[in-house]
Amino acid sequence: MKTPIYDMLIKGGLVIDPALGFGQEAAIFVKDGKIAAIVKESDVSPKDMASIPVENVVDASGKLVVPGLIDMHVHLREPGREDEETIITGCQAAAAGGFTSICCMPNTNPTIDHQETVKFVLSRAEQADAHVYVVGAITKMLKGEELAEIGDLVNAGAVAISDDGNYVQNPEIMRRALEYARMFGIPIISHAEDYFLCANGVMNESYQSTRLGMKGRPGVAEEIAVLRDIKLCGFTGGRLHIAHITTAGAVKAVRQAKADGIDITAEACPHHFTLTDEEIGKEFNTNLRVNPPIRTQKDVEAVIEGLIDGTIDCIASDHAPHADEEKDVEFDQAPSGMIGLETTLGLVKIALIDKGYLSWADAVRKMTYNPARILGLPAGTLEVGTAADITVIDPEKKWTVKKENFRSKSKNSPFIGWKLSGKIDITILGGRIVYRNK
Amino acid sequence: MQLRSRHLLGLEDATAEEITLILDTAETFREIIERPIKKVPTLRGITVLNLFYEPSTRTRISFELAEKRLSADTVSFTPGTSSVKKGESLRDTVQNIEAMKIDMVVVRHSSSGVPYFLTQCTQSNIINAGDGAHEHPTQALLDMFTIRRKYKKLKDLRVVLVGDIKHSRVVRSNIWGLKTMGASVAVCGPSTLLPFEVEKFGVDIFTDLDKAIDGADVVNIMRIQLERQQAGLFPSQREYTNLFGMTRERLQLLNKNYTIMHPGPINRGVEITNEVADGDSSVILEQVTNGQAVRMAVLFLLSGKKEEE
Ligand SMILES: [Zn+2]
Ligand SMILES: [Zn+2]
Repeated sequence: MKTPIYDMLIKGGLVIDPALGFGQEAAIFVKDGKIAAIVKESDVSPKDMASIPVENVVDASGKLVVPGLIDMHVHLREPGREDEETIITGCQAAAAGGFTSICCMPNTNPTIDHQETVKFVLSRAEQADAHVYVVGAITKMLKGEELAEIGDLVNAGAVAISDDGNYVQNPEIMRRALEYARMFGIPIISHAEDYFLCANGVMNESYQSTRLGMKGRPGVAEEIAVLRDIKLCGFTGGRLHIAHITTAGAVKAVRQAKADGIDITAEACPHHFTLTDEEIGKEFNTNLRVNPPIRTQKDVEAVIEGLIDGTIDCIASDHAPHADEEKDVEFDQAPSGMIGLETTLGLVKIALIDKGYLSWADAVRKMTYNPARILGLPAGTLEVGTAADITVIDPEKKWTVKKENFRSKSKNSPFIGWKLSGKIDITILGGRIVYRNK
Repeated sequence: MQLRSRHLLGLEDATAEEITLILDTAETFREIIERPIKKVPTLRGITVLNLFYEPSTRTRISFELAEKRLSADTVSFTPGTSSVKKGESLRDTVQNIEAMKIDMVVVRHSSSGVPYFLTQCTQSNIINAGDGAHEHPTQALLDMFTIRRKYKKLKDLRVVLVGDIKHSRVVRSNIWGLKTMGASVAVCGPSTLLPFEVEKFGVDIFTDLDKAIDGADVVNIMRIQLERQQAGLFPSQREYTNLFGMTRERLQLLNKNYTIMHPGPINRGVEITNEVADGDSSVILEQVTNGQAVRMAVLFLLSGKKEEE
């Protein structure tokens, strides 16, 4: 028998793989960019290690070893706003956040509504520090009027479609999209917020908007949009994924739809389970302006409840980079969005895991196996034979979010100065170390 | 006694002592503006910038006169309504002007929070002359000053704010200031113009004007913007006037020594009839005069200058 020769070994860590139902100390061998073996620590022989270069032996003692994290909702800004983020810098930020796979939304310029843009993004991502999967547009130019060439988008590599940033306001178009996308087995990701109810609104409509005299975006706008899409999904037999869910009513609607057997999934963003709209009046920090807006304590609790009971399948960042000069303006003039790739894990740790709402295994599932399953990605597990996308987490490491440490090209985070816990130690993409915490 | 902050951003956090200090100080200046020579050297050497992003003739003139009567040097700058759209940013504008050595900035802007924003990017003392639908503290102070002059108190008076409660910065500052001073406050307007969870302000809420003003001492009438009708917030001016217009008949419902107020400009015949606006109990012009005294007091107190004389 030939002695196997491995390229890399991650040893001593607690391996958590929700797909394999695995949660124990183990050593992982990597060969040719793939997971070659997972063995008990005691079974690691010096012979197995002999061929591995020292820098590729990762001592993960006291750390968690999980499948490379997946962020299914990211804005990369390329093409069009390369000053805010490029595919390369976005993937560097992803690596620093422990993500080995990210899905980019189509609201670029030009929009990703035809196969050339999909191919452009994929070609730019070839050498990047993360796998990039493309979400194509539902409608041309995200205008909500005519379906994009969805078949072409899928052929070029799109894994889902979304008009993110916009709600497909016309129910007839949404109905056709759900029906049409069914042919390709891809989900439609809905940015669910009724346009008319939100027009010109800059923050959640609440006592806080009343206090500050700002135009509100009512929670009912999201609830109505989600309910309509659920009805259309049930009617067409399509697949629906609700992006960045934020309100108690919407969480309840998704919970009921799941109970009714509708093919629906949902994601929540860290800022929607860690922040409330009370923050806005403190400093009018424009990084708190997001779409959908941060809501009330009651909504935060409902989102957490939805994460606990499985109504909400995934945690995604909705990483939305914006240049400093665009955010350094009056609150109601600032564009919506905050970056999130590099703070997601730490926020999940302090807001969900430390408070006992989710176990590490639950949290990892929502950031690996579940998004991979929803989008059909060849990722999210440490199964032998799959790509060696691995994230090593230092679970109790305390750290402070600092502007100068962001790898993202934009720094628009309201979490700067926050003390988090749970730090990415090493991120491995296809057997290559793409991030190492210093 | 002095103010805790070197800025006047709003009344939400102002204490009763601070409001009293401003109103007491305003009494002194009220007396000065009745003199033949209405000028004192109090703010000599101080330069005030009046930064009005939103047109507001009366508030701007009131501040300018207050500054001149205190012998401050003043500059006025009206950058136009749309501040950032393809133009110089607010931060650049202010930092440029400050580079010319300004001491105080009086700012009016259509975005809530701009006065706060200025405190973060300049060294000047900032006075909020109205930000978005958020606060308009000097208007509320002059309203309180006017009421206090007449009744010699604010505590336990019943004040009703009528009209567009949702979009009014005057309303917010009035509610916070009056409640801090122990007055009882009610708001009244069409339910589409009452903001979400307005009850959390700790005020009584009415959509029936007759009930709202029953037994009230002061009715402060807010201007109705006609574009609200186009936005579908009420069906017509006619219906608005029938339901919420302050008419002579309705005056019977008020307490005997009642007061009618309006921050202006008035839509005569819409939110208030001529008879009521010009009646004996209307203090609308008195408010304008008092506005100067109050603004002089605020400028003086924030400048950190000692009273000379
Ligand atoms: Zn969205
Ligand atoms: Zn998004």
